[in-house]
Amino acid sequence: MSDDIKPRLRVPATAKKGEVVEVKTLITHPMENGQRKGADGKIVPRLIVNSLKVTYNGKPVLNATLEPAIAANPYLAFFLKVEESGTLKFTWTDDNKQSWDAESKIDVA
Amino acid sequence: MTRTATLGRRSALLAIAGVLASRGAWATPDATRDWLAGLAKGTPKDGKVTLKAPEIAENGNAVPLTVTVESEMSEKSFVKAIYIAADGNPNPGVAIYEFTPLAGKAEVSMRVRLAQTQKLVAVAEMNDGSLYTASREVKVTIGGCGG
Repeated sequence: MSDDIKPRLRVPATAKKGEVVEVKTLITHPMENGQRKGADGKIVPRLIVNSLKVTYNGKPVLNATLEPAIAANPYLAFFLKVEESGTLKFTWTDDNKQSWDAESKIDVA
Repeated sequence: MTRTATLGRRSALLAIAGVLASRGAWATPDATRDWLAGLAKGTPKDGKVTLKAPEIAENGNAVPLTVTVESEMSEKSFVKAIYIAADGNPNPGVAIYEFTPLAGKAEVSMRVRLAQTQKLVAVAEMNDGSLYTASREVKVTIGGCGG
């Protein structure tokens, strides 16, 4: 199952100095909420992506803590103020402490 | 007292008991307030926070929600965190977003699961410790908790 889990990013490749750009992310993950019953009638144990941490050039931008009320394939859009060229890094972590990384470069023209 | 009247009263009582029992396992406005109060210490004021969500969601499995907080997001004045809760789901918590001034704008968009018609509440914590809140009701036609 974990092979199907893929982060996707939409980050602008360039920005003007001081520009506030929108960043969109999505990770394909079932976000099993621990409430649902499987075909055997037993509760399917909770397994969700509970954290997304975002840094730019190593400096924190956003830390998200997600609860089971976040829909499957969690989508998250937020903003970043770009003062210098750099690398935006993302780390998603699930309840099993499994994590997925992604990164994207932004050039200040 | 006729027999039908007795039966009627008993089934009414059972119906009330059933409603109470089914509510017990779910988040309530009180549980939601407690969850938020455990994270954001103090009394939030109204204002600065905007929740954007559809008035009626046909499918509670993925309801788009955008939360915006008015702030210049400078080193001097920025939004430290946004706490989001829902008062009609099995658990009150939805998400917590912690920001730094690097974000430039205190706005996040996500998709949430709503089990039934309920109120979404957001509390924003500023870097000076002040709290602001807003809420919004979303009517849900088909719940999103796999029940």
